[in-house]
Amino acid sequence: MYGKGLRALSIATVATMTVGLVLVFFYAPLEAEQGFLQKIFYVHVPLAIVALCGFVIGGLLAIQHLRTRDPRWDMRSYVAIHMSLIFAVGTLITGSIWAKGSWGHWWVWNEPTLVSFLIVFLLYATYQPLRFAIEDPERQARYASVFAITAGAFVPMNFIAVRLSTAYVHPRVLGSTSNLPAPMALTFLVCLAGVALLYATLCKYELTVKHTRAQVRALRRRLEGTRPELAQSRPRSAAPALHPAATMSARTAGRPG
Amino acid sequence: MRRTVPALLRKELLVELRTLESVPGMSLFSLSTFVVFHFALNRSSTEGDLAAGILWVTLLFAAIIGVNRLFVVDEDQGGFDGFLLAPVDRSALFVAKTLTLLAYLVVLELVAVPAFALLLLGPSLGHALPGLLGVLALGDLGVAVIGTLVAALAVRTRARDLLGPLLALPLFVPIVIGGARATSPLLSSGHSGGPAARWLLTLGLYDLLFGLIAFALFDFLLED
Amino acid sequence: MSPRAPEGARAPGGARGEEGASASWCTGAGEGAGAGERARAPEGTGAGEGARTPEGARASDGASAREYVLEVEGLTRHYGEREALSGVSVSLREGRTLVVFGPNGAGKTTLLRILAGLLRPHGGSVRVLGASLPQEAFAVRGRIGLLGHDPLLYRDLTARENLHFHARLHGTPETRVQEVLEAVAMSRRCNEPLRTLSRGMVQRVAAARAVLHEPRLLLLDEPHANLDPAAIELLAPLIGAESGLTRVICSHDPAGGLAQADVVLGLREGRMVLLGAADGLDVVAISELYR
Repeated sequence: MYGKGLRALSIATVATMTVGLVLVFFYAPLEAEQGFLQKIFYVHVPLAIVALCGFVIGGLLAIQHLRTRDPRWDMRSYVAIHMSLIFAVGTLITGSIWAKGSWGHWWVWNEPTLVSFLIVFLLYATYQPLRFAIEDPERQARYASVFAITAGAFVPMNFIAVRLSTAYVHPRVLGSTSNLPAPMALTFLVCLAGVALLYATLCKYELTVKHTRAQVRALRRRLEGTRPELAQSRPRSAAPALHPAATMSARTAGRPG
Repeated sequence: MRRTVPALLRKELLVELRTLESVPGMSLFSLSTFVVFHFALNRSSTEGDLAAGILWVTLLFAAIIGVNRLFVVDEDQGGFDGFLLAPVDRSALFVAKTLTLLAYLVVLELVAVPAFALLLLGPSLGHALPGLLGVLALGDLGVAVIGTLVAALAVRTRARDLLGPLLALPLFVPIVIGGARATSPLLSSGHSGGPAARWLLTLGLYDLLFGLIAFALFDFLLED
Repeated sequence: MSPRAPEGARAPGGARGEEGASASWCTGAGEGAGAGERARAPEGTGAGEGARTPEGARASDGASAREYVLEVEGLTRHYGEREALSGVSVSLREGRTLVVFGPNGAGKTTLLRILAGLLRPHGGSVRVLGASLPQEAFAVRGRIGLLGHDPLLYRDLTARENLHFHARLHGTPETRVQEVLEAVAMSRRCNEPLRTLSRGMVQRVAAARAVLHEPRLLLLDEPHANLDPAAIELLAPLIGAESGLTRVICSHDPAGGLAQADVVLGLREGRMVLLGAADGLDVVAISELYR
């Protein structure tokens, strides 16, 4: 059910990213001030944008989970957030490299995007420990959704606040797309599309794996139905596990009273 | 709701008065922190950015102590079930707890701000006091709202004392930004006039947004 | 206990039949057909009064005195991958007492908490006092009293303060507080913090809290734990059979529990293994649950 379209998506991702890389190295012009180092921008900014969108999407998926109580939404929310966290780390690393190359420091406080990312990263880094600290899977999912929604709303507010605090001290280093000359803009957009597709593909892979594992577990449980002593209890985990009965009950139990 | 919140508040304050678990601890902590700052920074008098920073960091960490204890009594003594069985609007608990935490913060500041002025502040507070109080009020509201939500999230997990601060601090950052930036000119010598409107606006919007979100999400944390 | 469905049984919860382990319970006729036929798996034949009547009258709220206070069918609740309750069905009419037996971990407390509206059912249907849980839970809050292992009282407040707090939450007049304090013989020590009182006294105050708002349904989880015989006698008019209230009691005492029961439900590992009128059962049958 989940694996459908995975191959097409993967191929599209590889293709777009390859085109993007080609454009970066051979098509986009060298920037006057920063030279070759500036090309990191084509990786750093798409990673940032996709990670941020991923966090907000994770919040929206969590809203769906709380509304329908269907654990599959929680699974999607978990995957979106945890993938975004990985992309956020990527953002911080590439941003740091850029900063070192441009200003000679591994970290700069006057770049609001980088600073906001650090804060957002610190917040979302608590998502998995929070989940791991709750043993009841249903409560784990519910609390995680509350967190995801709060944090999702926090992301834009945080950006605004940090921007405000640095705005009139230093001008923004990252120009917006509208200021870019056409070849750069095109390269940027292709890279953005590539990173976005990469995100979508990785998320889909993870969802498929988890779903398949859940089906295997369900089959094993049916096999063990006659031999309960064979049953293994699942170790404590931060990741949600799909339980077929759980998804069925979500449909019957209805909205909160 | 109108009837429930006062009943809850009354119970909260009664328990706090009997046990004195939160407010004295928070206040003493702030005093100790000022002493630590004196030695850590090797300064006897501060002003401007540095003063604002010390004040806000101290208030935040003292607030976290209050946040950690906010729901502990209810969780340990079965107060949640008793409340959940009653025919009341469950959001009343959120309102009552937020007001409680706000009250604790006000008492904290009644101790901490004069102490700070005495121990570490260079310029006199006199003319800046009304502005400062306004900024503190907005900041406190934000801390109370977020603190209550985070406290409810953390109290029924295994590492409750650890998760509370970890969750709360990033969420407090915009409040620190608004609060410290607004306070800094107030604590500088030779400054007149009130706090900058943009920071008050930032704080106010943040409070409003998270107040609404927390109010909407709180019920989901109460179920079993 | 071979889990085969007796003749004419309805499969609980519909689509779950594939597990092949439907609960052994009896359907059937008989409003008031309490005249004890043994309703025990695997021989289940006739109906106990507690059995669900498929064509039976659907209770409507506030109607006759013979209405159903509880109608549970195919109730399921899981905890991760473990089934805490699976396919539990039972009904209870007003003024009757249902006693639930079962070893530890059988799901008795879970069942009680679902009936109280503190836990959501994951499958099946639950109707309490005519309202369907969890959608209409707000309609029955305040009409149910719960007395469990946890007294649900604040140890640093006095008995009087605790009861006043609950009275305000439930909208009960404050005069009632004095009434219940006297009924549990705690008016003398009602102004001392609960942490200075003995466990038995706290349990008495907890019982007072449970009936303070004059509930229509009492849910009691081993109510006589921590109580001496004098206290048990004292509380009888409030939470015992003499109160006339509809009660669901979780008990570990086969003899004592059976004596109070009109309907008996036996649980083991979340499944119903015993359901029927108390008249038709003896202590031996109950004790076998714990084997």
